[in-house]
Amino acid sequence: MTNPEPRSKVAEMDPEGRPEVHRSEAAPANAPAGGLRQPIVPEAARAAEPEPDGGPAAAPAVQLDGLRAYYGDSMQLKGIDLEFRANEVTAIIGPSGCGKSTLIRCINRMHEEIPGARAEGRVLLEGADVYDSSVDVVAVRRAIGMVFQKPNPFPTMSVFDNVAAGLRLTSRRRQKLDEKVERALRGAGLWDEVKDRLGEPGLGLSGGQQQRLCIARSLAVDPEVILMDEPCSALDPIATLKIEELISELKERVTIVIVTHNMQQAARVADRTAFMLSGELVEVGPTQTIFTKPGDPRTEDYVTGKFG
Amino acid sequence: MSATAPPAGALARLAPSAARRRRDMLARRIVMAATIVALIPLALIIYYLLRKGLGSWSPSFFTSDPTGNTFFGGSKIGGIKSAILGTIEMVGLAAAIAIPIGVGVAVWLVEYGRDSWFAHAVRFFTDVMTGVPSIVFGLFVYIVLVVGTGSTYAGYKGSIALSLLMLPIVIRSGEVVLLLVPDSLRESALALGAPRWRVIGSVVLPTALPGMLTGMLLAVARAAGETAPLLFTAAAANATTINLGGFMNSLPVQIYNDITKPTNAVVERAWGAALTLVLLILVLNMVARLVSRRNRLA
Repeated sequence: MTNPEPRSKVAEMDPEGRPEVHRSEAAPANAPAGGLRQPIVPEAARAAEPEPDGGPAAAPAVQLDGLRAYYGDSMQLKGIDLEFRANEVTAIIGPSGCGKSTLIRCINRMHEEIPGARAEGRVLLEGADVYDSSVDVVAVRRAIGMVFQKPNPFPTMSVFDNVAAGLRLTSRRRQKLDEKVERALRGAGLWDEVKDRLGEPGLGLSGGQQQRLCIARSLAVDPEVILMDEPCSALDPIATLKIEELISELKERVTIVIVTHNMQQAARVADRTAFMLSGELVEVGPTQTIFTKPGDPRTEDYVTGKFG
Repeated sequence: MSATAPPAGALARLAPSAARRRRDMLARRIVMAATIVALIPLALIIYYLLRKGLGSWSPSFFTSDPTGNTFFGGSKIGGIKSAILGTIEMVGLAAAIAIPIGVGVAVWLVEYGRDSWFAHAVRFFTDVMTGVPSIVFGLFVYIVLVVGTGSTYAGYKGSIALSLLMLPIVIRSGEVVLLLVPDSLRESALALGAPRWRVIGSVVLPTALPGMLTGMLLAVARAAGETAPLLFTAAAANATTINLGGFMNSLPVQIYNDITKPTNAVVERAWGAALTLVLLILVLNMVARLVSRRNRLA
C-alpha cells in the first residue's frame, strides 16, 4: 500500500553499504565506553551478527516474558508474552486504555519514570534482560530509541542541535557531529528539506517535519530498536504517508514496534500485528492474518469495527 | 435583512430582561469604581515623587556622597552616590547568594523531590518564609551575625538578610516555571539515553531560563526596596565604599534616615532618593517583563 516510487527515491539517496558503515563505526566507538551494547548483548548473540560486507545489519529481536506493569496497585499489563522479530515492524493495536503505550514504555524502561509505576517480568533484548540489576537504564534507552505521539523537538535548540542532542547528551567526548547529524537526517528523509536551515529553531518546522526531526534525533544515537507511540496521530495524511514510508525504510536496520490507533496504518506498515485488550495480549500474527482471518472473535470484532 | 422578518416576540424571547440589564450595569460600575479607587493612591504617589523628588535632582546629587551635615541644609548636605552604589553592591551579593541556592532548591523540588514528604515540607516552609516580615530577617541576622559574633554592622550581613528575603521568591517562581516545562521534553531526552542530570542541564533549564530570569529579577527588585533587613545589619554610612565588610549605605536606609531629620533640604534629599529607588525598581521590572515576553513556555 505504500507508494513505491518515493521509497525507491529514498533508497537511491541511501547508498547500499551505509548501514554497515554505520555499524562498523559504532562498534569501536562504543567499545572503550563499555556501557552500551556489551552488558546487554551476550557474546553469542553478537557473534551471530553478519559480517560487515553482508546485507543490511541485523537488528536484535525483543522478547517480552511475563511482563506485568503497575500504576500504584492497579495492574495495567497482566502478564504479556510477545516477540518482536528482528528487522520487522510489529504493530500493536487495541482500544484506548488497553495498555499499548504502557507496553512499549516498558521495553525501554520509560514506564518507571512515572511516579508510582513499576514493571515485573522480563524484557529480553537479544536474550539479555533489560530489567536485570546489572543493566544500566541509560544504556537500555540508548539501544532502544523512542518516538512519541506529539512531535517534541527541544524548543531551545536548532534543527542541527536537536539531532545532535542525543549525541551530546549521551557522551562527554567531542565527536564529529556534522557527519552523524547529516546521516540521521538523511535516514529520516528530512535532509533535503532542512539542509539549508539547520541553524533555525526546530520548532519552526511543520508538524510532519518535526516528527521526522524527532525520528532523526533518535536515529542519531544508532539505536537497535525503535519504539513508536502513535507517531502519526498528530499529523495530516501526507505527513503520515511520509512517516509510514520511512518506517518501511528503517526496518532494514532496526527492529520497530509501533503503537497505532489507525488500523489501516497497521495494515500498511506492519509485518506482524498484535491485538491487545484490557492489559492482555489477545492475539499476535502476520498482519494479513490478523485483519483477514483472526483466530479470536474479539480480534475480529475489533478489526471489523464492532467495538473500540 | 427584513426579507425574512422574524415573527413578533421571537427576538424578545432571547433578549435580556430590563432587570438583568440594570444588574449588569450596576455590577460593571462597581468593578470600574474599584479599579479607579485603587489607581488613585498609585497616581498620587507618582505625582508626589515627581514633584518633590525632581526638585532635588542635579548632577551633583548623583555624584556626591552625603556629608553628614544635616542641620545647615543647602548644597552642603551632599547627594546619594554612596546609597545607590551600596544598594547595587549589597543587592548584587544577595542575588549571588540567593539565586544559585534558590534555583537548586527549585530543581530539586520539581525533578527529584516531587511528592515526597520532605518536598512538601520544603514547599510549606518556603511559603511561610515568603510571608515572614522583612524586619524579622534583619533581626535574625542581627542576632546571629552582629550580636552573635560580637562584631558590628557590615554590608555583607545586610546582603545575607536580603538573600533570605529573596530565597523563597526565587524558589517558588523557579518551581512554577520548571513545572511548565512539558514532561514530554524530559521524556524524549531520557529516551535518547541521557542521564537525568544532563536532561536537566541541557533541556529543562534552558527551556525554563526566560521564566526563571523573570522570577530572579522580581526578587532583586523586591530586595532593592527593602529597608528593614538593612537597618541593623548594614546600618548606614556616608562614604562610598566597595568594602562589603564595613558599614554600607543604601537607598532605603538613606531615605529612612533623611525623612526623620528636621532640615528641609535633607527631607528633600529623601524624596530625590525615593524617586531614584522607584525608577531603579521600575527598570528592573521592565527588564523582567521583556525577558518574560521571550518566554518559550507561555
